[in-house]
Amino acid sequence: MTRLAIGGNPNAGKTSIFNHLTGTVQHVSNYPGVTVERKEGTARFNGRRVAVLDLPGTYSLTAYSLEEIVARRAIIDEKPDVVVNVVDASNLERNLYLTVQLLEMEVPLVIALNMIDVAEKRGYQIDVDKLSSLLGVPVVPTVGSRGKGLDRLLEVALNVADGKVNLPRKTVTYGHEVNREIERLAGVIETFPDIATRYRPRWVAVKIIEEDDALAAEIRRMTDDETADRIASEATRSRTAIEQHFDDDAITLIAERRYGYAAGAIKESISLTGEARQHKTDQIDSVVCHRLAGPLLLFGVVAALFFFVFKVSDEWRWVPWFGGWISPTGFMQWIFERLSEVSGGLESRMPVLHSLVDDGLIGGVGGVMGFVPLIFFLFLFISFLEDSGYIARVAFILDRVLRAFGLQGKSILALIVSGGLGAGGCAVPGVMATRTLREEKDRLVTMLVVPFMNCGAKMPVYAMLIAAFFTRHRTQMMLLLWAISWIVALCAAWVLRRFVIRGEQTPFVMELPPYHLPTLRGVLLHTWERTWMYVKKAGTIILAMSVLLWVFMYFPQMPEEEIQNLEIQGASANQIASEKLAHSLAGRVGTALEPISQWAGFDWRTNVALVGGFVAKEIVVGTLGTVYAMGDVSPEETESLSDRLRKDPDWGPLKGFVLMLFVMLYAPCFVTIAVIRRESGTWRWALFSTLYSTSIAFVLATLVYQIGKWIS
Amino acid sequence: MTKTLFDLVTGESAIITRLQRDGESGIRRRLLDMGVTRGARVYVERHAPLGDPVEVLIKGYHLALRMNEARKIEVSQEEV
Repeated sequence: MTRLAIGGNPNAGKTSIFNHLTGTVQHVSNYPGVTVERKEGTARFNGRRVAVLDLPGTYSLTAYSLEEIVARRAIIDEKPDVVVNVVDASNLERNLYLTVQLLEMEVPLVIALNMIDVAEKRGYQIDVDKLSSLLGVPVVPTVGSRGKGLDRLLEVALNVADGKVNLPRKTVTYGHEVNREIERLAGVIETFPDIATRYRPRWVAVKIIEEDDALAAEIRRMTDDETADRIASEATRSRTAIEQHFDDDAITLIAERRYGYAAGAIKESISLTGEARQHKTDQIDSVVCHRLAGPLLLFGVVAALFFFVFKVSDEWRWVPWFGGWISPTGFMQWIFERLSEVSGGLESRMPVLHSLVDDGLIGGVGGVMGFVPLIFFLFLFISFLEDSGYIARVAFILDRVLRAFGLQGKSILALIVSGGLGAGGCAVPGVMATRTLREEKDRLVTMLVVPFMNCGAKMPVYAMLIAAFFTRHRTQMMLLLWAISWIVALCAAWVLRRFVIRGEQTPFVMELPPYHLPTLRGVLLHTWERTWMYVKKAGTIILAMSVLLWVFMYFPQMPEEEIQNLEIQGASANQIASEKLAHSLAGRVGTALEPISQWAGFDWRTNVALVGGFVAKEIVVGTLGTVYAMGDVSPEETESLSDRLRKDPDWGPLKGFVLMLFVMLYAPCFVTIAVIRRESGTWRWALFSTLYSTSIAFVLATLVYQIGKWIS
Repeated sequence: MTKTLFDLVTGESAIITRLQRDGESGIRRRLLDMGVTRGARVYVERHAPLGDPVEVLIKGYHLALRMNEARKIEVSQEEV
């Protein structure tokens, strides 16, 4: 099968061309070991099947970002039969900079001159044949969003792949002095077959002159030290020669020469009638980025996002179901409730199996699937904002504020989705929303602080404890909790950036792309991909952890005689459930932790509830209900438990507050942890997140409890 | 004192004369990749609400960068 790779700048319309070529049959995965998305699909042309790979969007092919390294490796290692370089016709100079680098790599190339309609509207007249002969590459004008010119593009690309196109090849030139050093160095490299068979010697020469560390490291891995040292010293010699001649560094010179090459081709093939300004974008930006209107609008958009996502997925009942109406999340719950009923038949005959199926599997998988509508609608909204160009403006407006804490402008979305506005929210889509951050370190820090926000699952716990101890200060207490969550998150970000995820802050040099109306198809595809990835990957991990936690709370079982003894003594079913839980591993862990946890005022009962809260924080309420022998308290009706705690002499406002604080800050629920694992690429950060947040929670809880006790 | 992009106010334009070489090469490489090269014309479109970052028009497109980076880009306003 012919293999085709699509490369190009971000915002050049690569994705819409990919979508049109491959239809809906796409395969999304990650490149091995990194969180860069890899998209593949199959195109058909005259009955011929073509494997299409969508390379990550990059501005360059130096080793600046993960995307650039990945795109470069894919081209070198997978040797596609043809590379389609999508360029934005209305922004040719910068787009052709990447083209020049593809020419340097001497890959079989076709240029898709995309968004040609926009360019023409803005007054550019492009002589396509001239451009093609100047670059030595076939050029096909396209309008990706409407699928125009794509048949022709595919035809030409296949001709290139088959070797049927014979345009005279052009070699990129860098001016006499630099060329001479490149030729000399290429000659040296040619004498080392292990390198020369894998890379084009001339390309290697250019790269190592411009101090490409990633390539230098790869060469060192491929050959013996002697060869690598020889090449390195030859490169230094060339670099010194160039720098002495021009009194400037080689990096700058080569980049400028590339731009010069692109500019030269443009000068001869494009004429401009009228003015090359993006009027619509300018007008929109004069509001969106305005000193006052900008932040206000941003607040409105964020509020709308919040409103829309949670209302549509969870609160509004708009899905017709058996003559009535339910919400999408309600629909998911309905399915799992029915499944739970079906499994009920097992209860009397095989109680252990029933408990495993009902509490472990259905409970666990149901928990994951319950988030699916939320994630779907969140990504629908975010994909729309992203494709339209607004997210880049968000980053622009907020960068200054969040940078002070080691985050960046785009982090705000993740924080707000996670519950940053103070009511509801969820860290699971929050962690996934960090995908809009391209800078690995900033993304990691954001991911690690997002779970501190007050998500919807913490609300039942707060509601129960506020009802027990702070009935008269309900609003103040909620405000306090909201403020604490932001303070801790921002401080944690600052500390993490300073001591854990160190390194210079990634420079913020970002394109503000022209606005355009996203296509429904593009947004839906994008949303679907991300939702499906969540279901697939997080689902498997969560399933395993649910079973583990079930085992934890179910075994070892109390001996049958003891249960009978309790029954004879007249214990209620609720009391027996409480005793059973105390007997289980979870109960024992709770007891074992008591000596430590009592510093923060928690006895074994609270500990068990907190262990349960690891599954989902609202379970703290249910489990507290069970250990206080009240039966399973549902998160919606917590009054009885509140009463019980208020009357308990062991409890008091201080203990209540400390528990709220702890629930807010300790380990994220395991769905979140599974998603952190997925999004960060390693268990290391998932584990780190669990441990560091629990430590912060414990230290703060202890501090507040001890100080509170001392004062009273 | 050499003038840098940092010193320009909204609505001003200038020609880039040099990228300062201090610090590591990563940021300079990035700026070069994005088209901030000698001889290119920059037009200061606007500043973010808190004055930082700055948005410029360069090579026909809009680029946002922080003031820290702008300080390393030397410019000249003398028309050639």
